[in-house]
Amino acid sequence: MADEQKDKKSLLDRFYETQVGRAIFRTGVPRNRRQRMMVVLNNVFLHLHPVRLPKHAVKVKYTWCMGGLSFFVFLVLTVTGILLMFYYRPTVEYAYGDMIDLREQVPLGIMREIHRWGAHLMVITVWLHMFRVFMTGSYKPPREFNWTVGVVLLVLTMLLSFTGYLLPWDQLAIWAITVGSNMAGATPFFGSSGPGAALLSLGDVNFVHGASDARFALLGGRFVGEATLLRFYVLHCIGLPFVIMIFMIVHFWRVRKDGGISGPT
Amino acid sequence: MNLENSQPDPNNPPAVPAPAPKPAPVAPPKPVVTPEQVKASQAIVAEPINRTIADAAKPAGSEAAAPDLESMDRRAFIKWLTVGWVAFIAAIGGYGAMFLRFMFPNVLFEPKQSFRAGFPDEYPIGEVSERWKDKYGVWVARDNEKIYVLSTVCTHLGCTPNWLGPESKFKCPCHGSGFYKTGINFEGPAPRPLERFKIYLADDGQIIIDKTKKFQQEKGEWNDPESYLVV
Repeated sequence: MADEQKDKKSLLDRFYETQVGRAIFRTGVPRNRRQRMMVVLNNVFLHLHPVRLPKHAVKVKYTWCMGGLSFFVFLVLTVTGILLMFYYRPTVEYAYGDMIDLREQVPLGIMREIHRWGAHLMVITVWLHMFRVFMTGSYKPPREFNWTVGVVLLVLTMLLSFTGYLLPWDQLAIWAITVGSNMAGATPFFGSSGPGAALLSLGDVNFVHGASDARFALLGGRFVGEATLLRFYVLHCIGLPFVIMIFMIVHFWRVRKDGGISGPT
Repeated sequence: MNLENSQPDPNNPPAVPAPAPKPAPVAPPKPVVTPEQVKASQAIVAEPINRTIADAAKPAGSEAAAPDLESMDRRAFIKWLTVGWVAFIAAIGGYGAMFLRFMFPNVLFEPKQSFRAGFPDEYPIGEVSERWKDKYGVWVARDNEKIYVLSTVCTHLGCTPNWLGPESKFKCPCHGSGFYKTGINFEGPAPRPLERFKIYLADDGQIIIDKTKKFQQEKGEWNDPESYLVV
């Protein structure tokens, strides 16, 4: 009787032995430390987390979890953002109404608020993450490069926040973007009202003017209008997320390659 | 004898008998690399590599067993590599320029920059007309001597101020900048007066406002006769 039970293999064990099981789980049933490690290393999702961590690295007091939370909030924003795109139309005629409908008529209208709150939260967590990294000296060699990547990620977070700000298409949005994009017009050489713009001219012909400067490229016109709404929508939903994901891949990769989470030594 | 016949021929036994009579001299499996080849490769390794650029032009030593790229020597390879990289960078640069240009539209669906604004009689003395504010973004004001056109863009950060008739001032709702009827700033964060636009009379006596030419008070341009219309 005892022998019979011994020979009986669990369903999972038997699945591991099939061709499908071996094709998916390359290292078989994890029975010892090495095999368990191999499972983590051979799985694309599990390998995002290191096999082993130094003790201090899991202390909330040390990391505040802010980097991980920023990424988590980013994932929440991605999911809710995709959901919002099913209802929102980025045109002057529909944008504001669709935003109101998302709140009032669409089932689980809190989805729009989650996206909005998440956006605020991500800016906060990214700043706090940066503050923590600065206060723990984690920007020092060998992590200088990853600090720089982090600064780019901060700027991209701000740009995502900025482009998303226009999409509700209410008075606050329009005037906030008007004010914000006027700063682009003050860029040295590339902005029509910035320093150096007057130097780029031949006689009476100005090369940098209101319809050829950085602000114009951003707005797609001389003022915040239909073209601006579409431009910001595309940047917010496709362009900037694409860029920020590339930088996040590098950022996470370098955390590991630079020796993991910095320690007190 | 049929060589392709793999069956052992009893009349012609194979030259090497399969079972060796003595166990001692069992021939080791023939190595893939012969000692001669090993010697030759050692000779190549021992030879110091101190080629100069001039040497590189010469074909590599014929005795070398390294893979021969035949017609391609080092210099030619570097040359073509350079050509390839330059072409690649030029193509990327070209695409970059195209993407940049793509972001600047040729046609704008915006109100015209220059428009007819009716006859001077339509603007009473001492008043600020908001007739063209929404469509073209200008106020037309008239005092005792002249008609002038003010931009509705606040000089602080670009919001649109409101004309408060009873208080006779422009007040920006964004950050509270205030401007007199002339356009001069007097309160709030606005750093300079409102801009004025070019104004002139067409042949039929109508006012034409041209927004492509602006006049800034702080540059002394409000004295320019094009910046006002004497009626």
